[in-house]
Amino acid sequence: MPEQRIKHYQTGTFVVGNRLLDPDQRSVQARTERSNSLTSGHRACQGCGEALGARYALDAAMRATGGRVIAANATGCLEVFSTPFPESSWQLPWLHSLFGNAPAVASGMAAALRAKGRDDVRVVGQAGDGGTVDIGFACLSGMFERNDDVLFICYDNEAYMNTGVQRSGATPPAARTANTKAIGPEPGNAFGQGKNVPLIAMAHEIPYVATATVAEPRDLEAKVERAMELRGARYIHVFVPCPLGWGSRSRDTIRVARLVKESGLFPVFEAERGEVTAVSKIRRRVPVTEYLKLQRRYAHLFGEHPRTDIIDRLQAAADRNIERFGLLADPDDAASMPGEATDLAGLGPEDDASPEHAGEETNVMRLLSETHGGPR
Amino acid sequence: MLEQIEGSAAVARAVACCRPEVIAAYPISPQTHIVEGLSDMVRTGELDPCEYLMVESEFAAMSACIGASAAGARAYTATASQGLLYMAEALYNASGLGLPIVMTLANRAIGAPINIWNDHSDSMSQRDSGWIQLYATSNQEAADLHVQAFRLAEELALPVMVCMDGFILTHAYEEVDVPGQEQVDEFLPPFEPGLALDPDAPVTIGSLVGPEAFTEVKYLMHAKQMQALDAIPTIAAEFAEAFGRESGGLLSHYRTDDAETVVVALGSVLGTIAETVDELRDEGVKIGAVGVKCFRPYPLEEVRAALAAAERIVVIEKAFAVGAGGIVGQNVRLALSGLRSRVHDVVAGLGGRPITKQSLRGLFDDVFADRLEVGKLHFLDLKRDVVERELARSRPSPGPHAERILRDLGIVAARSH
Repeated sequence: MPEQRIKHYQTGTFVVGNRLLDPDQRSVQARTERSNSLTSGHRACQGCGEALGARYALDAAMRATGGRVIAANATGCLEVFSTPFPESSWQLPWLHSLFGNAPAVASGMAAALRAKGRDDVRVVGQAGDGGTVDIGFACLSGMFERNDDVLFICYDNEAYMNTGVQRSGATPPAARTANTKAIGPEPGNAFGQGKNVPLIAMAHEIPYVATATVAEPRDLEAKVERAMELRGARYIHVFVPCPLGWGSRSRDTIRVARLVKESGLFPVFEAERGEVTAVSKIRRRVPVTEYLKLQRRYAHLFGEHPRTDIIDRLQAAADRNIERFGLLADPDDAASMPGEATDLAGLGPEDDASPEHAGEETNVMRLLSETHGGPR
Repeated sequence: MLEQIEGSAAVARAVACCRPEVIAAYPISPQTHIVEGLSDMVRTGELDPCEYLMVESEFAAMSACIGASAAGARAYTATASQGLLYMAEALYNASGLGLPIVMTLANRAIGAPINIWNDHSDSMSQRDSGWIQLYATSNQEAADLHVQAFRLAEELALPVMVCMDGFILTHAYEEVDVPGQEQVDEFLPPFEPGLALDPDAPVTIGSLVGPEAFTEVKYLMHAKQMQALDAIPTIAAEFAEAFGRESGGLLSHYRTDDAETVVVALGSVLGTIAETVDELRDEGVKIGAVGVKCFRPYPLEEVRAALAAAERIVVIEKAFAVGAGGIVGQNVRLALSGLRSRVHDVVAGLGGRPITKQSLRGLFDDVFADRLEVGKLHFLDLKRDVVERELARSRPSPGPHAERILRDLGIVAARSH
């Protein structure tokens, strides 16, 4: 197929279409030889961010290792929707043991491979946020501390979705869950101290830590590939929207994942040995309300009596991330945040195709290099 | 070759001869000397290839063994007491997945009150976890059982717990003929997993199983464990042939021919019981002892056959079911259903209280004189005055019995008011 000149962003998404890229730049998902590690037929909900994240990450790990990956999976949605006996969606060797032990199971696998001299086979451990930041946290920290040769991936959808959307240590402030309902004077989840596991992982000074969202599969793939170049404990924290638990539209999964980054609420970065080595800059900064309004778990902040006080606190958290991680390409942009869209409810993907970010050929390449080929 | 050696050291060397490829362990008394010994052997290269994972908890230890075993490696761990409880969830997982992990359990009491000394409340709490449970009578047997345990585990694809009394065995120095590497290599073939995680043949292990198949999976677990009742005597016989000594098996029998009274017990206390039996036999008393070497699977037929001729059975056990009674006793009664034997449940040796010959003589005298009520749980050497004073105290103040008893005994002088 003759290559086409890159002309513009694909409508609204800020993601360059694969067909517009050089073949060697195309995503793993766009390649016919992708391994389909998590193949079709599973029971995930429509628009499930976790299914996307797992598919992107594991296919990338499979590509990076020539298909030599074994996986340890925690209990949770990903396990339940992928393996209803006697079916399985996994096309790689896969073991589910318990909710809280996936990092330790992965450590045991890595030890077994090492004892057997099988340095060709690599181990990936994976869990949702509950299995990572809460019940699996001790095992995760132990695996980091020993620097076991495991890539652990957390698919963070910010609550216990498998059990019916209860709060986890990764649930953000103000979010409504089944046990932090939007009732009482402080509706939704409390403003706690937070539990930033990527930063905690960095404090272990392990070889590699990264965050990513399912809105940018090539970025996620590049990070998995980078992780597979290294040995020792590695951690990738992937932001994966959950339409069911968040009350967002299934078709908005990518949009929500994009806006969490563009608002600054979820900083996307890489770190090696405890030092940040690259951040994905915000492309078009948006106020947090653009992100929040797409999700019914925040509906209590809006409406007739908007809780601007709570929204301001969330905006302040985003601003702090932007400052702390240097998320703006040009720090002077900090003052010029575009105005809030007044009514997001009716927005379809086409509505984002504003002329301000069309036809910026040079920006495309710059942004790509920042997200994928940035400083290591 | 016989040598004077600590029980833990003998077990460590026997385990090393079994060539485990992954050891994951967390320190807890009285298991520590075993894994310290193995750690030394991994560091010096004496045990190679082997990866020793110093995990952050017993839960992680068993979980790492699960991962290692599923990846096709021979995996081993050791623990005790609270550690066994902390890995409880993973114990059920290992047996459910059919992973042939071998574990040493240095039997120790479970708190509260915290207590580091020996009894069987830890292993008994996990008797239904799907693990095979073997109980060592001596350090020789403890060492030998590990060699047999790996054979058994891998033949049946089931995990095996080798229970040895904490401190009484683990820390005791006595003569042991530690199995040699060549002998063990001959007896124990390399681990060939039936199902392992392998990129060349991807499998899904640990699926979600619903009501349509869960019963069948559990039935098969039971059926497979029951196969151990055949496999254990076979392996013990092969072991005897290869190593020239008897170790393991389902039951041991000591002077039970013509015995009117049979004492049933597990573990090291069988030594003290045998000596007491000898003394009574010298006095013309028809008494013998049966040791339960394998408590799970439960050798019901064998226990029935061993005890059917006895008039009285005294079960001495180092654990009990609070609010229900004896655990081994219940199992013995099950084996004897329909027979008219009298079964006495006696709890002894809790939290490391010594079970002396003198106490046993007193107990048996009570049994012979019909002073022991049948159907009631008895506690050997119970300080009855202490418990009665505590029970009699009318003040209904919630709180720890242990501290009030200590104060009562004058061991702790502090007063709460």
